[in-house]
Amino acid sequence: MPDLGLEVLFKGKNMLRLLDGLGVALKISLIAVAISIPLGLLLGILMTRKNPIVRALLRLYLEFIRIMPQMVLLFLVFFGATRVFGWNLSGELSAVIVFTLWGTAEMSDLVRGALTSIPAHQYESGAALGLTNAQTFFYIIIPQTVRRLIPLSINLITRMIKTTSLILMIGVVEVLKVAQQIIEANRMSSPGAAFGVYLFVFFLYFIVCWPIGRLAKYLEKKWV
Amino acid sequence: MKKLKQILTAALGLSLALSLSACGSSQPTASQSAAGSTAAAGSADTRVVYRTLDEIKESGTINIGVFSDKNPFGYVDENGDYQGYDVYFANRIGEDLGVTVNYVSTEAANRIEYLQTGKVDIILANFTVTAERAEEVDFALPYMNVALGIVSPDSRVIENLDDLTADDAVIVISGTTAETYLTQNNPDLTLQKYDTYANAKNAFENGNGVAWANDNTEVIAFALQNEGYTVGIPSLGSQDTIAPAVSKGNATLLDWLNNEIETLGGENFFHADYEATLVDTYGLDYEDSLVVEGGKVG
Repeated sequence: MPDLGLEVLFKGKNMLRLLDGLGVALKISLIAVAISIPLGLLLGILMTRKNPIVRALLRLYLEFIRIMPQMVLLFLVFFGATRVFGWNLSGELSAVIVFTLWGTAEMSDLVRGALTSIPAHQYESGAALGLTNAQTFFYIIIPQTVRRLIPLSINLITRMIKTTSLILMIGVVEVLKVAQQIIEANRMSSPGAAFGVYLFVFFLYFIVCWPIGRLAKYLEKKWV
Repeated sequence: MKKLKQILTAALGLSLALSLSACGSSQPTASQSAAGSTAAAGSADTRVVYRTLDEIKESGTINIGVFSDKNPFGYVDENGDYQGYDVYFANRIGEDLGVTVNYVSTEAANRIEYLQTGKVDIILANFTVTAERAEEVDFALPYMNVALGIVSPDSRVIENLDDLTADDAVIVISGTTAETYLTQNNPDLTLQKYDTYANAKNAFENGNGVAWANDNTEVIAFALQNEGYTVGIPSLGSQDTIAPAVSKGNATLLDWLNNEIETLGGENFFHADYEATLVDTYGLDYEDSLVVEGGKVG
């Protein structure tokens, strides 16, 4: 058994600090998820509209967010807002803003994709049954869209949780930063601790993301 | 790229030049200077980003950017408290100013950005003074020396680079100052390059090279922790210094810091700092060569 240096996890308040760090990461990503899902739904529906101006604007927004690495967006909001507008945003708030912008953009594209994947005959069948447009949308299109969206949006949510590992670059001390701090603080006494500590961080991300994946599986089965 | 610029400008009203300078590092490239002129045209350069000494005192808190994962200079102990050589000094600054210190965890890559946006008042993060950086921030008097060092096994201690033949490989880590320095100044030397610290360390321990060149703090620490190795050349190349930095133009805080460092020299403060934080890593032998007291490089 190689020395994993697991004992450093139990030194002082280290365990509590790691869990606090996980709390910070979860708080930021889940707030962003909670805002971006409804916003993404709205924008996604707007993207399927025929209005060329609305479509062009949304397309521009989506492509901009998609091209930019999240790290660049974080720096743009955290430092750029101070430089250009003089707003001194905290690291946490900047992270929530960036993750919301990103989540909304990705979510809207997922919604657009799911909506356009519903075959035209579903709309036509609704009309043939004498349903109004709104009724067709509500009773026929939305239930099918939501089912298609679940695996995709769960994927997005877990990605958002994992990408919080970047926010240490704007001074937010989250779980990965705490892990690095613990490893470095024990560089002399437990040189092998890096593996054990990262293993534990892996475990923490896993116990957060795995249940979300299971929930998606359950919902998919239940709603088929 | 040009198209992206246009989109950016149109969409957000943010100039890409600004955004580049916001996320870019300290490299004074052409785009950087272009960004600088754009920024000057806007309002960014005319706005005072920093807080003066009086404003800091009035607010009762000073924001100091330190490393949180560079043991023994700035790190967080198991109780969640900041510790290290830089932090020891930062605590004293807070004490003498009569304010509480708010530590901000910084990374090597964003230290300048923190000062340029005024998000911290002082950077005390093992910040090496260079001419490029001095254009972006204002450095106070130095409090530590840094140079290159070369470690070798006790069986054949290298004390002079001229002793090496073409068969003797010197291990360096790619992208470090050691690599740059040796390539420029000793072009005849055979260098063996590794990407990471861990790989270089393994290679050196396995005897792949006769010596290992790196920052002197690193090789000194290595020789002390590992039996059978000696630092034959403890100081090589240009002597650089490490100093606190403040936002460009923050004269009141800079003057106060310089005074503070000079005054602390009277009580040998940085020697006490060394003995409290660095002695476990570097031993007492290097105290005088690493510490800069009272801002005077000896």
